Amino acid sequence: MTVVWWRRIAIFLLALSPLAFITYMTVTQQLGADPAKTIVLFTGEWAIYFLFFSLSVTPLVRLAKWRWLMVHRRMLGLFALFYALCHVASYLVFILGLDLSRFVSELVKRPYITAGAPAVLILIALGVTSTKGMMRRLGKNWQKLHRLVYVALFLGWVHVLWQVRSSYFHAVLFGVITLVLLGIRFYWHRQKLQKQKKAA
Amino acid sequence: MLIRSKGRLTENDVTPESIYRDRRRFMQLALAGTAMAATPLSQAKPGFVTDSSAAQGPRWLEEGIAGAQAYGQEVKDKLTPYKHVTSYNNFYEFGYDKADPAEHAHTLKPHPWQVEVSGHAEKTGTFNLEDILAKVDLVERVYRLRCVEAWSMVIPWVGFELGQLLKQFAPTSRAKYVAFETLHAPDQMRAQDSVFSSIEWPYVEGLRMDEAMHPLTLLAVGLYGKPVPNQNGAPLRLVVPWKYGFKSIKSIVKISFTEQEPPTSWNISAPREYGFYANVNPSVSHPRWSQATERRLPSGLFSPNIIDTQMFNGYQEEVADLYKGMDLTKYY
Repeated sequence: MTVVWWRRIAIFLLALSPLAFITYMTVTQQLGADPAKTIVLFTGEWAIYFLFFSLSVTPLVRLAKWRWLMVHRRMLGLFALFYALCHVASYLVFILGLDLSRFVSELVKRPYITAGAPAVLILIALGVTSTKGMMRRLGKNWQKLHRLVYVALFLGWVHVLWQVRSSYFHAVLFGVITLVLLGIRFYWHRQKLQKQKKAA
Repeated sequence: MLIRSKGRLTENDVTPESIYRDRRRFMQLALAGTAMAATPLSQAKPGFVTDSSAAQGPRWLEEGIAGAQAYGQEVKDKLTPYKHVTSYNNFYEFGYDKADPAEHAHTLKPHPWQVEVSGHAEKTGTFNLEDILAKVDLVERVYRLRCVEAWSMVIPWVGFELGQLLKQFAPTSRAKYVAFETLHAPDQMRAQDSVFSSIEWPYVEGLRMDEAMHPLTLLAVGLYGKPVPNQNGAPLRLVVPWKYGFKSIKSIVKISFTEQEPPTSWNISAPREYGFYANVNPSVSHPRWSQATERRLPSGLFSPNIIDTQMFNGYQEEVADLYKGMDLTKYY
């Protein structure tokens, strides 16, 4: 096997370790009085972490010249989708007890859920179109579509911010990271435009 | 035929309190009329003592709690286990995670403890907790606790009626409200230094005079027959069972009689979301979530323990009169 494949396996196993951890804590009943909420928060946080990871790849390749990382970007993005789906599934099963009528009312009543839901839909769309075949079929549109991940990241941050009760720590931390990841791209975009102007 | 009535549980839960008082009155009469030894021993000890040795206190406190009048009524609600009551806490002075207080509250020094009493009362000053406890009757009370975050617990407290203490200070006619304040000591409460906090310290709370004097309103010093652990608000905390949990201020160092409605911490932090009254009310939603149901903890994974929230947390019969004629959607 090539080095790339070994790295793939390593990243895959590492990315599964949060799931293994929370499963272990659940099975051994170490999650306390409200395991449902703990699981929902935990999987949601990891969905955002993996969004951070996958969106850090391009800056790391360009700035730190970690070119080897590029081939692993898709897997990191898919794990963001994976944990987001775990997040939604555990919310539906553990918090709502699969009462879908309550889901609809919650979706309307709780603005942070209204903000989070489209983020998950975006991740699903990006996951479905992440294959090589889809990249080929979509051509130039593929990149346009996948820029929606910036929207998903921003919505994820709003989702966290609107739940703040006692401490702004997480909201501020996530906000700073989001700002840096989106800011770099905005800066690159402006540079590119300026270059194009000069060339013209 | 199976007749199901939603109110049935409420009524059964509500009755004990009044029966309890009747029984107490009866006991007092009996004691006055006959020999002191008439009290059966089983009646004078809290019934829900935990085996846990986690929470300890000075001897005078442990003995006082052990001698508290037992909650002699049948408890219909299933008690929330001690380990959950003491490991799942909102006590933001120690961190914003539910597990933070249990982890970090060991730095709190609950003994010796003093309470400063001030404001519109004839007797004011600073009092030792031990001296306060010497002049009140400790009783056990099993109360539902409904958090504004839509989860709830059932907890056996040991404490005394706040009114019994307040009367001793002889509040004047200008005393319309009672204000409370939590200890402010960043060296003991690590999160009071946090720059990310949405609450200004010290934590402050308040009650209207009639709410404070209500016999359901308790100042607790014990939990499950043991001293209140630090993470639950040692050594002295308020318990107002018909209001959302954040009204039940912890680790109290100041009590003050005021003429104006005192400021309260969550109301300052988010006035649209948390009012002064904060009565449990299933029909008035929090702006960010519904209050119609609650998750009774511990809530299982595959069978979430979701129950309907009751008006005034099921204490409607006792407290509804306090709010007669008030628009509870306005005074939330």
